[in-house]
Amino acid sequence: MEARPSHSRAPDWAPWALLLPSLLVMLVAFVLPVGMLLARAFTQPEPGWQNFVLLWERPVYLQVLWNTVLISAAATPVALLLGYPVAHAMAHGSARTRRLLTFLVLVPFWTSLLVRSFATVILLQRRGPLNTLLMNIGLIDAPLPLIYNLTGVLLGAVQTLLPFVIFPLYSSMKRIDPSLVPAALTMGAGPVRAFLRVYLPLSLPGLMAGATFVFISMLGYFVIPALLGGPRQTMVGQLIQDQISQLGSWGVAGALSFILLAITAILLSVLNKLVGLKAVAR
Amino acid sequence: MTTPNPGTLLELRGIRKQYGRHAAVDDVSLELRQGEFLTFLGPSGSGKTTTLMMVAGLQQPDDGAIILAGRSVDRVPPYRRDIGMVFQHYALFPHMTVRRNVAFPLEMRSTPKAEAERLVSAALAMVGLPDHGDRMPRQLSGGQQQRVALARAMVYRPALLLMDEPLGALDKSLREQLQMEIKRLHREQRMSVLYVTHDQSEALTMSDRIAVFNEGRIEQIGTPSDLYERPATRFVAGFVGETNFVSAVVLGQEDNTYRVSVAGAPMAVSARFVTAPGSTAMIAVRPERIQLRRDGEGVPAELVDLIYLGNARRFVLRLAGGEEWTALMQADAAEESGLHPGDAVRLSWQAHHAAAFPAGGH
Repeated sequence: MEARPSHSRAPDWAPWALLLPSLLVMLVAFVLPVGMLLARAFTQPEPGWQNFVLLWERPVYLQVLWNTVLISAAATPVALLLGYPVAHAMAHGSARTRRLLTFLVLVPFWTSLLVRSFATVILLQRRGPLNTLLMNIGLIDAPLPLIYNLTGVLLGAVQTLLPFVIFPLYSSMKRIDPSLVPAALTMGAGPVRAFLRVYLPLSLPGLMAGATFVFISMLGYFVIPALLGGPRQTMVGQLIQDQISQLGSWGVAGALSFILLAITAILLSVLNKLVGLKAVAR
Repeated sequence: MTTPNPGTLLELRGIRKQYGRHAAVDDVSLELRQGEFLTFLGPSGSGKTTTLMMVAGLQQPDDGAIILAGRSVDRVPPYRRDIGMVFQHYALFPHMTVRRNVAFPLEMRSTPKAEAERLVSAALAMVGLPDHGDRMPRQLSGGQQQRVALARAMVYRPALLLMDEPLGALDKSLREQLQMEIKRLHREQRMSVLYVTHDQSEALTMSDRIAVFNEGRIEQIGTPSDLYERPATRFVAGFVGETNFVSAVVLGQEDNTYRVSVAGAPMAVSARFVTAPGSTAMIAVRPERIQLRRDGEGVPAELVDLIYLGNARRFVLRLAGGEEWTALMQADAAEESGLHPGDAVRLSWQAHHAAAFPAGGH
């Protein structure tokens, strides 16, 4: 960023003063409660590591944690593959295309997650419109199991996550000089090589940012696996919910939250090492 | 496909490109000879860049044929056309070092590694950047980046080098320096160059021939002196160099000259268009071809202002009809004339230095 001459005579702390209300809200509504929940991992029912020992000794907890990572890891490439061409069209298409696509990407965003998930249930169920259509046109003989399994979770999750890959990708692609690929073509690179050698490496920051957003958001998903998944797709978020609302076990919930947060923190620091967080933040 | 002349490298035949109902390029035909430096000159939106893009294969003509090195390239994608291209904003790959950038086209051609290394070094030396190979493009100045782009477009010795306003993003002194350098490379490397610019002085100094584009069509193709001394259309007369225009009534024709009446004064201009006596024509005269006298024959005018240019003086004149003209005079001639703003003067010129164009058109 270029330094601009300052025209105002406002003191240096003025911007911080304006930030103060939101910082206070974050502190009271986010940092404190999350901190208290995490603290309970070490304090309830009594101080010590017992909650983590419990998680370690019950394979079901580790299984759910592992499921969570696997499902999130499966959703990420799907979302990236679907989002990449959309972001490309937004970044390099006409203003009209960009407006239309931005609108289409945001519309689901403005619809309640619960509404969308229930709508997906209707669409994907055994006798739902999708299976009926596929059977009527003769593509399948029996209804496909599209819901209460991994397919259901991925279909439901990916559509909610697409904006999170499209916008970082778009912001990264927007920065790519549109004459680079034509330049590569004139130098003898075919379209595939021009993409792999020039365009893809330059879109990598957006790709990494999008992947991180998707993966980390997915780790905490709860409504979608609950509505669209089966027992084998139980994710940590559901487990935390069960621990608190059904078992009243704040300590175990805190320990699970702690692990979830730790995975997120490790991932973000790895990403920071690889591409720099400024790629995510810009 | 046969080419009419053995020395022809590129031929365009009736090229058209339509955007909606607007013809961006309309029936363009031309030939580029082996080793020639041909420039497309025109205002923005005149179709010159679109035509270049079609030669590169980055855009497809709606009609017409492009023949490069004896074969029609209608169905040949850019990466099989044996061309090099330099873009206005350099288009260097920002994630590769200068060396990797210049090596890229060789890599695409699977040039053996040792040979490629040698060619890259030679190309970087050729553009005066032998020690910049390990830098990243963003660490170079605009002028240096464009030199790297030149090296990259020339390192594989393509049959034809295309340049799309390559100096448009640089400041004036750097632009003039690189003009000389591109001319030197063209001469030394004996490259065939197709160059696009909207800068008429750049076109005049660099080109063997210039094609002047206007509204998707070629107005005139010729050497710089052809265009400057014998513009074929009023547009060329106005776009290439500075020109004074005035409308005049044609009185009659004698051999190669028309007798015309400019603001009541009988004058002679060269006749290259068929114009009937009594009709109106547009007369064009270059500022440096105008002679100024206090009295005698010639078009009456008032000297409005006298601008000091160091080695020359610019006289701002107002004709009787209100047209503002300029005349250019070398310093000593201007001083000898002893003219001052406010003086009444008479303008004259030699018949072959004034062109007459049909009035109305351009």
